[in-house]
Amino acid sequence: METRSRAFYLLAGFFTLFLIFLYGPTLTIGILSFQGPRGGLTFPMNGVSTHWFAELFQQQAVGDIWGAFRRSFALGLMVMVSTLFVAVTAGLAFRKKFTGSGVLFYLAITSLVIPSILISLGVGLIFNQLGLKVHWATSGFGSQLTWTLPFGLLIMFAVFNRFDKSFEEAARDQGATPWQTIRFVILPIIAPSLIGVGLFGFTLSYDEFARTLLTAGSYNTLPLEIFGMTTNVTTPVIYALGTLTTLFSLGIIVVFLLLVWGMGRRRARRGSDAGQGL
Amino acid sequence: MFKSRDLIAYAQAAPLGLVLLCFLVAPIIMIVIVSFWGATEFSIYPAFQFDNYAFLFGSPVTYKVFLATFKYAFITWAFTLGIGFTVAYFLAFYVRTQAMQTVLFLLCTIPFLTSNIIRMISWIPFLGRNGIANQTLMSWGVIDAPLEWLLYSDFSVILAFVHLYTLFMVVPIFNTMMRIDTSLIEAAYDNGATALQTLWHVIVPLTKPGIMIGTIFVVTLVMGDFITVRFMSGSQKANVGRLISNDISLLQYPSAAATAVVLLCTVLLVIAVLLRFVNIRKEL
Repeated sequence: METRSRAFYLLAGFFTLFLIFLYGPTLTIGILSFQGPRGGLTFPMNGVSTHWFAELFQQQAVGDIWGAFRRSFALGLMVMVSTLFVAVTAGLAFRKKFTGSGVLFYLAITSLVIPSILISLGVGLIFNQLGLKVHWATSGFGSQLTWTLPFGLLIMFAVFNRFDKSFEEAARDQGATPWQTIRFVILPIIAPSLIGVGLFGFTLSYDEFARTLLTAGSYNTLPLEIFGMTTNVTTPVIYALGTLTTLFSLGIIVVFLLLVWGMGRRRARRGSDAGQGL
Repeated sequence: MFKSRDLIAYAQAAPLGLVLLCFLVAPIIMIVIVSFWGATEFSIYPAFQFDNYAFLFGSPVTYKVFLATFKYAFITWAFTLGIGFTVAYFLAFYVRTQAMQTVLFLLCTIPFLTSNIIRMISWIPFLGRNGIANQTLMSWGVIDAPLEWLLYSDFSVILAFVHLYTLFMVVPIFNTMMRIDTSLIEAAYDNGATALQTLWHVIVPLTKPGIMIGTIFVVTLVMGDFITVRFMSGSQKANVGRLISNDISLLQYPSAAATAVVLLCTVLLVIAVLLRFVNIRKEL
């Protein structure tokens, strides 16, 4: 295939259309969030202003979105750290054959495919019957883990399936303890993938809706707050909020990508001492 | 020796096991129990009665709603598969450099990490009565009056599903395609197969595991959804998830639980059938 075939151009065109389909709507509300103060939810633009962004900073206009944002951010960090820890330990466990590993694996898959509303309903009922108050940091946190952990686990499977075991064997042959092997050999090698797991943990939690719906209690997370707005806010302020939170998500993704990139560069610089002599 | 290795494995698996026990297994058990309970207008009380199930299976609404749920799942599956396969095929076999492949793949993945609610909201300016689609079609003279079925209809529901979930097809299919031994494809070409023949007789069969995983994702996500249907249909269409969430909002938890149990069984049955075609752990 030296010259580009006709199939290539057809497929490239299809791919471009797919990207437009994927990003077009989001870009549209990005533009519409700069509607003038008298503008509506659709085109045409009625002037250009940052009126609707300013509106977001006036507490009474749109409810407690900044409180919701702080809660979502804190919850995202909690879920991220827990997902990392649990996914890595479970990933290590699944490399060995142990009784019940099959059951645990299928439970994790179930956790991924179970309709979210079941988790919401079930956790809500348990807390209710135990006389506990549902709260985003307890019931909401646990419910979100049932969504983020399977993803983390699947990534760990993908990582360990490609992991060269001779590195560990070399460490063991040289007298490293199991813990030293994990700490100084395995973790550094899988570090870039761990950043991916962390990114999934944070963003999936930050945007999670269905599993948090009945488990967040009286203090809403941001997606719940936004959904509440869709029923009673009919101005572009909701676009402004959507634009801001999407930009925030994109910012988080960029930070994680930069982390991976920086790590790769550091490795390239310091990873090998070939040719350096002794 | 053997024992201590086992012990370490259990200790490492314990955190995952514990979370799943508390927030997956226990809730499911709880739902099954509550599905036999009774409810008054304001509260629920422990009982062991089959009223909820009897009502569920006795109501024609149930069958209609389950049928609608399967319809959404099937149509969404067909579209996401078609689009997802084409996109993955392009990325895997027609993009030459690995750097470009990574960039384009990331471009496909990023929307998955942003808010679904916002992505649904973002269709409103497109599909509304005075939205971009209607304005464009009218200015081209294709239609005289705005189309009413663009927003708050089956069309917009399925459009949103395809928009949200095509990625779940692209990623596993792309992943499987990248593991296809290129010598197989070269062999097909050397033996005189056309591009289409190679695609159909070599690539598609080898991509089946990825297609199955993508199918599992899409079908379960659509079948368990309640929020997309509610939002994109303006509460005018129903699926099983909405049936459950309506009961919840009326505090009819036992009835919601019974519907949830039936939904869970249906979803697990579908998965069990699909899993016969693929070994997930080997495919990662």
